[in-house]
Amino acid sequence: MSAGIVTTGAGPGFVSRAAGHGRVTFVRVLNAEWIKLRSLRSTFWVLVAAVFLVIALGLLVCVGTVDRWPNTSAAEKARLSPPNASLTGLYLAQQAIGVLGVLVVSGEYATGSIRATMAAVPHRLPVLWAKSVVFGAVTFVLMLGTCLVAFLSGQAVLAKEHIDVSLSDPGVPRVVVGVAVYLAVTGILAIGIGAIVRNAAGGIAIVFGLLLVLPEVVRALPSDWQDRITKYLPSEAGQALTRWHPEEGALSPGAGITVFVLYAAATLAVAAVLLRRRDA
Amino acid sequence: MIKADALTKRYGPKTAVEGLTFTVRPGIVTGFLGPNGAGKSTTMRMILGLDHPTSGTVTVNGRRYADHPAPLHEVGALLEAKAVHTGRSAYNHLLSMAATTGIRARRVREVIEMVGLDEVARKRVGGFSLGMGQRLGLATALLGDPATLVLDEPVNGLDPEGVLWIRTLLKSLAAEGRTVFLSSHLMSEMALTAEHLIVVGRGRLIADTSVADFIHNAAPNQVRVRTPDADRLRALLFGPEVRVTGRERDVLEVTGVSSDDIGRLASAHGITLFELVPQQASLEEAFMESTRDAVEYRVAEGAPGPARTAAAARHRDGEVA
Repeated sequence: MSAGIVTTGAGPGFVSRAAGHGRVTFVRVLNAEWIKLRSLRSTFWVLVAAVFLVIALGLLVCVGTVDRWPNTSAAEKARLSPPNASLTGLYLAQQAIGVLGVLVVSGEYATGSIRATMAAVPHRLPVLWAKSVVFGAVTFVLMLGTCLVAFLSGQAVLAKEHIDVSLSDPGVPRVVVGVAVYLAVTGILAIGIGAIVRNAAGGIAIVFGLLLVLPEVVRALPSDWQDRITKYLPSEAGQALTRWHPEEGALSPGAGITVFVLYAAATLAVAAVLLRRRDA
Repeated sequence: MIKADALTKRYGPKTAVEGLTFTVRPGIVTGFLGPNGAGKSTTMRMILGLDHPTSGTVTVNGRRYADHPAPLHEVGALLEAKAVHTGRSAYNHLLSMAATTGIRARRVREVIEMVGLDEVARKRVGGFSLGMGQRLGLATALLGDPATLVLDEPVNGLDPEGVLWIRTLLKSLAAEGRTVFLSSHLMSEMALTAEHLIVVGRGRLIADTSVADFIHNAAPNQVRVRTPDADRLRALLFGPEVRVTGRERDVLEVTGVSSDDIGRLASAHGITLFELVPQQASLEEAFMESTRDAVEYRVAEGAPGPARTAAAARHRDGEVA
């Protein structure tokens, strides 16, 4: 078969020589998606902004906490989670990552480059998986580094009132790594939504609706409904992994992130079916 | 080699392509002609597996496009100018395309040079002119050194120098034994570039023939005669196929008789001729004629029958324009 490609590939009288005889593999599609991700200036700047905002917001919250500490009630003091205070930037980062995830797909539809992409990889699904892997991995690595910096600088501020924790304290590594995991899964979820909607405005609206608006809507429901529904919402379930003190009635960190991953997986599955079925 | 067999595509109630069967052979440039909305682009998208046929099949070198393990080596496509992310440079666009199939960066630089984009390859595509976008599209098509090229309106937006360049390039690619399939609205350009034609109208096949035959069949050749005895000569020209028109007083436009026969006839009757000029119909006239038929049959059934000659087509153009 491998010998056949060269000859069946060419029409009678023509054999391709100039471009080699490689075939499409998943690793190559990964490489292609990596080139695409890093060759857009907008992606680069949004990620830089996300890194900066996460560190800055963490610092700001820690400075505020230290400043108010002498006047803080005992009950509030007991509720403080030092690692989460330094990682408050999670809420800004999830928006930046959510928008970028949608744009990674919708940008291809808006510019028409999706046709070039699909012509190069006509099985299509490797493109969706590769986009998810590349964007998820980039988000995870970048945000893990960012979270470490935010955590360490935040704790340095909190040390003034001796309320800081260290990375070796129980549950703290889970929080720091958990934020990066949560953001990476958010990015993959956003890619799935982008691939379903194929349109930036619609995709971004859905991501925000899911992560920000839905929890507010549920908060307006009768309280016994709330208790049953809230913990299964995507953002609530996913953020269970990131909370140092588990919230009352919330899922355990492991169960929470599993539910969140299932949301992302289900979204990608729908996107995959549609990608195969629809015209590009 | 591209083979379409009863290819049909419907979008909801609208039929874009209906029962299209044709073969595009290697070694020559084949033109794909049809008015706007005739289904050319849809057909090309189906060749590349971008749109799924409602029924029928289309294969490239014996296999469905998606079944090729390295489609970029099989088919190079230029589907629309700038099917490229506007925020990316030409070089990075080509590099990412090449990466999917393991094509080296050296080949990327080679095709950039081939299409003359060296100076702007590192600039963002968003700032490219239409002509530069077409050159980039062509570079994308050539990237995998494919045996088959599918090009939708490749000369659109190119300057005269670019048009000449692409014509020469396409002919030389075909001469290497490749299959070259291109659509164009520029009829005169098609007449110079293509040897074979596939003509569609309203999604149906109208003609699958050589350029010469297409012109001859759709628009019979005409002879222009200028003579002071126009009325006498007109009276002598009759026959089942013969048609004489003339807009100027001394000029006859004759179809169905060769210029040789007209010359002999005039000589035998002592008629003086000032001009006796055989005129070949242009591809444009032939195209208008044959696609107008297809359109008219489908739009207005029971309307007056379609005119058959290029002269009539020209006449109507004058009225319409």
